Amino acid sequence: MNLILFTFIVLLGFTSYYFGRKKAYTIQSTKKRLTALPQFYGYYLAIWCAIPAFIIFSLWAIFEPTIVKLLVLNDYSNQGYLDDELNLIYEKTKALSRGQFTGEITPFIEASAEKYLSLRSIAQSSKVVIVLSIIIASVAYAYKRISSNSRTREPVEKFLNAVLFTASLAAILTTVGIVFSLIFQTIDFFKVIPLFDFVFGTHWYPAKAFVRDSSEALDPSMYSDTFGAVPIFAGTFFIAFIAMCVAIPIGLMSGIYLAEYASSKVRQYAKPLIEILAGIPTVVYGFFAALTVGPFLKELGTSMGLEVSAESALAAGGVMGIMIIPFISSLSDDVITSVPQSLRDGSYAMGATKSETIKRVIFPAALPGIVGSILLGVSRAIGETMIVVMASGLAANLTLNPLESTSTITAQIVVILIGDQAFGDPKTQAAFALGMSLFLVTLCLNIVALRVVKKYREKYE
Amino acid sequence: MRKNGVKMIKIKAKDVDVFYGKKQALFNISLDIEENQVTALIGPSGCGKSTFLRCLNRMNDVIDICSVKGEILINDFNINDKGCDVVRLREKIGMVFQKPNPFPKTLYENVSYGPTIHGIAQSKQEMDEIVETSLKKAALWEEVKDRLHEPGTGLSGGQQQRLCIARAISVRPEVILMDEPCSALDPIATAQIEELIDELKKEHTIIIVTHSMAQAARVSQNTGFFHLGQLIEHGSTDKIFKNPDNKKTQDYITGRFG
Repeated sequence: MNLILFTFIVLLGFTSYYFGRKKAYTIQSTKKRLTALPQFYGYYLAIWCAIPAFIIFSLWAIFEPTIVKLLVLNDYSNQGYLDDELNLIYEKTKALSRGQFTGEITPFIEASAEKYLSLRSIAQSSKVVIVLSIIIASVAYAYKRISSNSRTREPVEKFLNAVLFTASLAAILTTVGIVFSLIFQTIDFFKVIPLFDFVFGTHWYPAKAFVRDSSEALDPSMYSDTFGAVPIFAGTFFIAFIAMCVAIPIGLMSGIYLAEYASSKVRQYAKPLIEILAGIPTVVYGFFAALTVGPFLKELGTSMGLEVSAESALAAGGVMGIMIIPFISSLSDDVITSVPQSLRDGSYAMGATKSETIKRVIFPAALPGIVGSILLGVSRAIGETMIVVMASGLAANLTLNPLESTSTITAQIVVILIGDQAFGDPKTQAAFALGMSLFLVTLCLNIVALRVVKKYREKYE
Repeated sequence: MRKNGVKMIKIKAKDVDVFYGKKQALFNISLDIEENQVTALIGPSGCGKSTFLRCLNRMNDVIDICSVKGEILINDFNINDKGCDVVRLREKIGMVFQKPNPFPKTLYENVSYGPTIHGIAQSKQEMDEIVETSLKKAALWEEVKDRLHEPGTGLSGGQQQRLCIARAISVRPEVILMDEPCSALDPIATAQIEELIDELKKEHTIIIVTHSMAQAARVSQNTGFFHLGQLIEHGSTDKIFKNPDNKKTQDYITGRFG
């Protein structure tokens, strides 16, 4: 029903656009000069159709359920029910009206369900009537008002401005909402687990929290030595470090090659090929790391007499590094290409060779952008989940041996939230605390990146 | 400079053709450049005067599709020969560009750039001296001596261009090529650069491409007039400006076209 109404309103919008434009053409044909292009008259009318429709729809969506509920429960108001019981009755009524009620059907509830259904249908039909009549009235009003000297351009521009503003507001509010939910859950977590234990504890063993019987009262002492985040922070930075050891040299050198050495033909093919690497889903990298690289490293290590875990930090970090190469390569290529040709000419004219020019002039000039691309790569590495989950194991070992398995923040969040979980449980809240720390780390990285870029930004003029 | 009344020729171009891909940009240019004189190359935009200038230090090598034919003899050595070392060539032939292009480094590093890559200075002290004399010759020393370690990009346009000249002369080149060095500058900065050019010709041979006829008349001793990739006429500046042989030169100089 709603869908049909919506389609109808959209059609009405197009029609009013058409009529608005047509009227403008008619005015134009009488040799009067219009204040705006004919399209603006069309848009103007379409907006007069869309805004009232939107307002009524949203008001309806907000008030209809409350009013219906009020009317249905009105019958029970003098019988001394508690609020919770009333809510239960209402839920039963709704279920019955949908034919999904499985309990015992009392005549009261049956009567309420019938009342509910009839109220809903009244609401629906009155909605259709009200929406359509108001839209038609508003469009007709606007249509009458259109004349050769009416202002249509300004309202249309203002409307567009408002729509774009709303869109960006939605994006910002979502971000703020997510950050706040992280903050509140994290605060709850730290009410049970001391901050000191989390930041400096060296033992991460959330499985211990699984054994709690939920009917027992929460006893903070049983969580001591459970949520010490040092091993997983160390693991996160360690794997990111291994990844960057792979990604920075290869990415940077291939970026320099593409920008300075490759002929335009090679560049034309090589750049998209490298960028394909960035399009491979991380889960594919993940099983590549888990099934190919990990066992290969283990075999290689064993043949050299080393003890290598099949799920080693080296395998996960190395594959992650390969994943990050295209970001660094492509971005630094762009940055280097945008260094003005006049600087290269100046250096060549002094008798500098290509490599001297790159080392002494182009690289310093492009440094802010390169640092930016590297920091972007680091935050990718820290936030990467799938490869670590699949290739590096889930045991939070505190180790700096790349041949052993370690775990990261993201992998631990996955471990915690897979399967059953209860809101308000320290185990679940630990995930929020980890998410919060991850967010803080990447935020700091971004701030540092911006600072560095600003400090070293060099003006070419 | 004339020794016993004989002109000393520094650069001798013989039948130079330049192609950009299939398009020919210069046709059969033959031109002698006198030592320790200022030679101005004039002509309308796109006539090939900058292209010719860039042939002289092989800067056209940088452009993939560009090819140069013919002989360019500097000190009787053909720089288009396979055996020519471009790095050494560009040490001998400095260049100043149309837009000031100091490197995004300090003033000191800008000037010491050439001596560093050519390994000219043996010690820090020697480098300091080179930087100081180059900046003095470029008439910039007094203005910047207290801020040698600030970025070169913070200077005004005219100062930047003098910094680029200091950079070019830091390796004591025999020839300095100038590609419209004043076109981005105001009249006062232009006057300073022109004065500087007059001073520099004592030690260097200078070739300057310019759009300004007045500038060519002020600073140069010899002038070459280019049109549509051909060298129409060349000779002493006096003769070209007062009594040119070719009608086209006459028309261009009196402002009838271009």
